[in-house]
Amino acid sequence: MSDPTVPDPTVPEPTGSVGFDELYQLNVNGETRDVRDAWVGESLLYVLRERLGLMGSKGACEQGECGSCSVMVDGELVCSCLVMAASAIDQPIVTIEGVAPIGSPSDVQQAFVDAGAVQCGFCTPGLIMATHALLERSAEPSEFEIREELSGNVCRCTGYGRIIEAVQRVSVSRRADAESGIAS
Amino acid sequence: MSILSGVRRHDGRLGDSITRPDGTAKVQGSFMFSGDLEAEHCLWGATLRSPHPHARIISIDLSAAWKISGVEAIITAEDVPGQLTYGLISQDQPVFASEVVRYVGEPIAAVAADHPETCRRALQAIVVVYEVLEPLTDPERALDGSHPPIHPDGNLIRHQRIVSGDITATGDVVVEGTYVIGMQDQAFLGLEAALAMPGPGGAGVDLYVATQWLHEDQKQIAACLGLAPEQVRLTLGGVGGAFGAREDISLQVHTCLLALRTGRPVRIQYSREESFLGHVHRHPATIWMRHHATADGHIVKIEARMVFDGGAYASTSSAVLINGVTHTQGPYKCANALVDGYAVRTNNLPCGAMRGFGVVQACFAHEGQMDRLAAACGLDPVEIRLRNAMETGDKLITGQPILNVAPVARCIRETAALPLPDEPVGGHDHDPMRLPGGAGRTADRRHIRRGIGFAVSIKNLMYSEGFDDYATARCRLADGVATLKFATAEVGQGFITIAGQIARSVLGVDDVLLDPIDTDVGSAGSTSASRQTWMSGGAVNAVCMKVRGLMFDSLAAIYGVDASTLSIEGRDIVDATGVFRITVVDATAGLSFDETVEFRHAPTEDLDENGQGNCHTAFAFVAHRAVVDVDPELGLVKVIQVATAQDVGRALNPLSVIGQIEGGIAQGLGLAVMEEIIMSNGRVRNPSFTDYLLPTFLDMPDVVISLIEEPDPIAPLGAKGVGEPPTVSSTPAIVAAIRDAIGKHIDRVPVRPIDIIG
Ligand code: FES
Ligand code: FES
Repeated sequence: MSDPTVPDPTVPEPTGSVGFDELYQLNVNGETRDVRDAWVGESLLYVLRERLGLMGSKGACEQGECGSCSVMVDGELVCSCLVMAASAIDQPIVTIEGVAPIGSPSDVQQAFVDAGAVQCGFCTPGLIMATHALLERSAEPSEFEIREELSGNVCRCTGYGRIIEAVQRVSVSRRADAESGIAS
Repeated sequence: MSILSGVRRHDGRLGDSITRPDGTAKVQGSFMFSGDLEAEHCLWGATLRSPHPHARIISIDLSAAWKISGVEAIITAEDVPGQLTYGLISQDQPVFASEVVRYVGEPIAAVAADHPETCRRALQAIVVVYEVLEPLTDPERALDGSHPPIHPDGNLIRHQRIVSGDITATGDVVVEGTYVIGMQDQAFLGLEAALAMPGPGGAGVDLYVATQWLHEDQKQIAACLGLAPEQVRLTLGGVGGAFGAREDISLQVHTCLLALRTGRPVRIQYSREESFLGHVHRHPATIWMRHHATADGHIVKIEARMVFDGGAYASTSSAVLINGVTHTQGPYKCANALVDGYAVRTNNLPCGAMRGFGVVQACFAHEGQMDRLAAACGLDPVEIRLRNAMETGDKLITGQPILNVAPVARCIRETAALPLPDEPVGGHDHDPMRLPGGAGRTADRRHIRRGIGFAVSIKNLMYSEGFDDYATARCRLADGVATLKFATAEVGQGFITIAGQIARSVLGVDDVLLDPIDTDVGSAGSTSASRQTWMSGGAVNAVCMKVRGLMFDSLAAIYGVDASTLSIEGRDIVDATGVFRITVVDATAGLSFDETVEFRHAPTEDLDENGQGNCHTAFAFVAHRAVVDVDPELGLVKVIQVATAQDVGRALNPLSVIGQIEGGIAQGLGLAVMEEIIMSNGRVRNPSFTDYLLPTFLDMPDVVISLIEEPDPIAPLGAKGVGEPPTVSSTPAIVAAIRDAIGKHIDRVPVRPIDIIG
């Protein structure tokens, strides 16, 4: 139906250092993954989802406002919708799929389930990433610190109460584990 | 909040706070939302939308778009094979606009191409020539006839009057106010998304979509595609929240048409901006109310005029209006009333269902009135509400008696008795982050004022006005395993959790499997109107009871016991003597029972021209108390605490109920102080999460909850719907607290800094 032989003058061809058919690699969840036929304008979120099939990261605003797309790039929590995929070359990327093997949820993931922190679950992968990052920085955050540190992640369903509860549960149980580790 | 410190975790029966069956998949990122669905050789679809609120389409030129490499289909109104319009109540909305566009964002064409970027360029290359027309954006002008009709159905969608008792009655005390409610967006996080696959050999289409009501979608899509309903097979794609915005068709017909046209799978996923334009919103409304009362604060008469702006197309506006006018009195006794309500058509965004559905607007007005009345009578806001609190047997101004459990006074008392926050005015620790506006603003601790406000509400449950409201469920019991099938849209609320609990409780099984949620079974009705626990829960309960009866009959035949004496005890079946005992697993070994049930609530009636009739099914009640800190100079508000006692009938899963309450209050808070779609001259000024502000972790206060469990004898499981009430009266409670803090009437939501300062 389309006629590829007639170039349309009103539509600029994509330009950039990575062309539509260039190949580059990303280091995702400890694996080197080829990204083929990409356009340089693609966000890391788009590449993770559409080119690498890692659908766990979600997009709800593509503007850095909701945190649904949160992943770790080189140890930093970032909104993958705001990062050009090609700019993450050579940096380790961890997505929700890299947090724990399927069927063996991390302590944070399990606490979210147990505390009722999940309703529709669309915000959840981003919040799991943000919570792991928070508890790395601060093992025993106060409630206010939790609110402050997670405020870049929007949840429309829960009103946040059960999410705070989940984070606190992890903090308490990690501390208990650490103490019993010291005791034993 | 500490209510969960002793979470009840037993064996997954009713009343247990078990966790969601989809929880692990959701936390691990493996749960498939509708936007995550892919197919081989799949194309992307995208929609061209009107930039004008009102314009005549002179011409549409697709030729440049067709020339773009990778474009596989472009469709317009000419390509719609069946009915050209759709709609939930009246079919007044075009699949694609062809002659006139009536709102900014109205679809005109759709494309399918190999990449979203190709789609974007193709849309840009479509040339539409418009003759711009004057938009009708003032609802009053839609009413006064000063603007020509913008739609063949006219500018008035519905008028409903309620005349109750003696309308000449007067009271010692008269208070009035005009209340304005802004346009709120449901702002679910999971954007509209669907995957359509042409059926093998051109036999219809399969659609995977995030929706609230598969069968209603199926009916509307099939009509527009010119297919029989069974040729359009729907499966629920994972739903990232709904809140009313997925009750109407958005991308469904477009996606199916593109798939049928190209013979390939097609995905459409809206952007956030498109989502703001592409679904219906909460109706903005202006409500005038005048209350007459005795000197001691008993309501004598209420007069009201309500105008709901339905936007360009009808959607559910007529039902929203009926909810508004029939809830004029709130949860209070009132014999005499004169109410006129109007839903009008304008060139603003179409409005329809959002959590609370017309009652949110009415409640904001009647609760503002109750505070005015309290002040005029020299009474405390709690006392005036207690004096007027409705009870079972009282009548609405429609003449309908309240047959449900109605613990209004108890909701009020228990809410008032919940502990107040220990946070000092201006926050703990002199931390500037805790001031209204946070550290980024410059609120001064010395100027902060604290306020406390109350609000109470009544909310109807299920569908109204004679609608044949039913839900279907199927249960197969074999070898000790129950398999449930229903078309109930799981949108995050947790129906799939309680469905298993019901089956375990009724059948004495541990293992419950859930079949895919699709149109291979009868309709469950919509996941809306707080109805699924009652309706689909009622259907699952009824079908499990039926299967249990068959199981008991088979035991009677095999063992010679009297089936009527059998009952379930844990995992066993026992007879009345306790002598006969067999496990359900053993009793069903090698056997299979399979039943399907349609469950209906008692029929409802239409309203007559005086607004009289038993138009609703059932009611739930709730009270809210809000505590706020306000900086009156900067107009900044921080909500410190919301306390609530809610009439839930029976909490089938207390953890889920708490989730609904906290989440509902968050949306009520959003409407109170943050959330508004700002329109100017028919154009949306803030269609993004940067400019449309949603409550974050920092905006949400501590929530203190008391569940009032008085099982309702009318409800199939004693349980009332719990989703909407938290949203209804949390908003007026917060606004009342702001009024209390600054000593000034504020009669519009969301409350803006200028409303506080000005
Ligand atoms: S999608 Fe990236 S922050 Fe919202
Ligand atoms: S659970 Fe739905 S957005 Fe958070």
